Amino acid sequence: MAIDKATVLRVAKLARIEVADEATDGLADELNAIMTWVEQLSEVDTEGVEPMTSVVDVTPPLRSDTVDAVAPRDDLLVNAPESEDGFFVVPKVVE
Amino acid sequence: MSTLTDLTIAGARAALEKRECSARELAEAHIAAAEGARHLNAFVAETFDLAMNQADASDKRLAAGEAGLLEGMPLAIKDLYCTKGVHSAACSHILDGFKPPYESTVTANLWREGAVMLGKANMDEFAMGSANVTSYYGNVTNPWQRQGDNKPLVPGGSSGGSAAAVAARIALAATGTDTGGSIRQPAAFCGLVGLKPTYGRCSRWGIIAFASSLDQAGPLTRSVEDAALMLQVMASYDAKDSTSVDVPVPDYSAALSGEVKGLRVGVPAEYRLDGMPEEIEELWRRGIDWYKDAGAEIVDITLPHTKYSLPTYYIVAPAECSSNLARYDGVRYGLREEDGDLTQMYERTRAKGFGAEVQRRIMIGTYVLSAGYYDAYYLKAQKLRTLIARDFQQAWEKVDVVLTPTAPSAAFAIGEKMDDPIAMYLNDVFTVPASMAGLPGISVPAGLSSEGLPLGLQLIGQPFDEARMLNAARFMEIAANFTAQPGGGAA
Repeated sequence: MAIDKATVLRVAKLARIEVADEATDGLADELNAIMTWVEQLSEVDTEGVEPMTSVVDVTPPLRSDTVDAVAPRDDLLVNAPESEDGFFVVPKVVE
Repeated sequence: MSTLTDLTIAGARAALEKRECSARELAEAHIAAAEGARHLNAFVAETFDLAMNQADASDKRLAAGEAGLLEGMPLAIKDLYCTKGVHSAACSHILDGFKPPYESTVTANLWREGAVMLGKANMDEFAMGSANVTSYYGNVTNPWQRQGDNKPLVPGGSSGGSAAAVAARIALAATGTDTGGSIRQPAAFCGLVGLKPTYGRCSRWGIIAFASSLDQAGPLTRSVEDAALMLQVMASYDAKDSTSVDVPVPDYSAALSGEVKGLRVGVPAEYRLDGMPEEIEELWRRGIDWYKDAGAEIVDITLPHTKYSLPTYYIVAPAECSSNLARYDGVRYGLREEDGDLTQMYERTRAKGFGAEVQRRIMIGTYVLSAGYYDAYYLKAQKLRTLIARDFQQAWEKVDVVLTPTAPSAAFAIGEKMDDPIAMYLNDVFTVPASMAGLPGISVPAGLSSEGLPLGLQLIGQPFDEARMLNAARFMEIAANFTAQPGGGAA
């Protein structure tokens, strides 16, 4: 299952992290070491075991479907690298 | 003034009540101590003006007889907690300049009871680390040193700044967060009490997310009594956190009799690791004897899936982190690398903003969740997690608490274990199982290593049974009589 250079680049693309070409070999080695180490889980027979979905035994609570702002819009925009007219600004995506 | 910084929370409350000092004097003493210990790099943002304002308000409430449970108590707050209008960056470059327009539920609870914020504590970036060496703001130095050796040591992590601040008498107590051991391991490394509550006991709202099914807030303190007081205030049901559990918060302080006669203390065979230092084994044996001599019942138990906890953790936590950290894209807050099109902006912002360990974990998480690997890794890990939790459920039929070492070593030097991520991960081998099972755990300073460094023992409790766990910890605190202080002093 070795993670090769192509896999590193594919995963980096999925994770939206730019990886320099010269860094891929080192990253592949590091990720391989970790994945080889977690591979030991395969020795456990988990046939018929339910995967955990919640670590505490409670029914998720329901709340009424009402609008509740965490903070005023302008307060939230203060932290944006760029904003205009009450919106976040991003590089142009549509020609 | 120096004696004010040696008080516990309980002692400082008594001093305020008897008018032996004011909240202002308490804050001033801690600010002076913090200024004198900047070389430790415990704080990434100092909020001394805010602290003085809060302290003055505390003095007014004290005079009016309206004091809260933590009135006037100067605290360090881990940088992972959002504090309104104050630096909250998870010690990551990617959150440069972020000042939240809201307050986390846990810190809001603390301020409501009169606590005072000295500053934001250094930590591993996004709480990913066990030595506080992944912070964008630099390492934290442990106030403890080996005897006859001044090599700087790590304070543990990820709550390393919190632990260093409390151990160095800069803060009376601190908040931390624990995902796989990030409160308990630094507490052990710095000679403190560190408490991770049951998952769902404290609200996660406003705490920057790392691995949401594991993250839990808790205190680092210099006594078990202080841990009880801090938890009393930090714990609450919160509708804003859908995993917060609506059960009453008991009076933890009232539970601290220190009486353990008849308590069933489990000792798990699987925590005896090959190659574990003899002094850790020896400390553990001593801990068992303390309970036995006090009339507790020692029960040998088995937790068969213990050895799989750490590798399971390193699938589940990275998977959740890769999802949680997808939000850092240079659009709404923090760093933005203005370059190229939208995708290039995302990729360059994230490459520059995340440190090496965070990038590594995001990529592992992305990999184990990606098409074709989900069943083999993520689903397998979630099944293992069921088995790990089941081990404990079966143990609870026979025991009330479980006693183990907290960490496999004392604090190590800054720079050690840096080349091998897995060697670093092994720091959490004794703390991760309780995290995987959502259980409360507490580390209590129990002795010194041959090099004069603090070592901790851990108690793991039943779900939402913090009161009994705290009482067992109170007993151990009395039995261990740990009075050593960093710098060779004793209390």
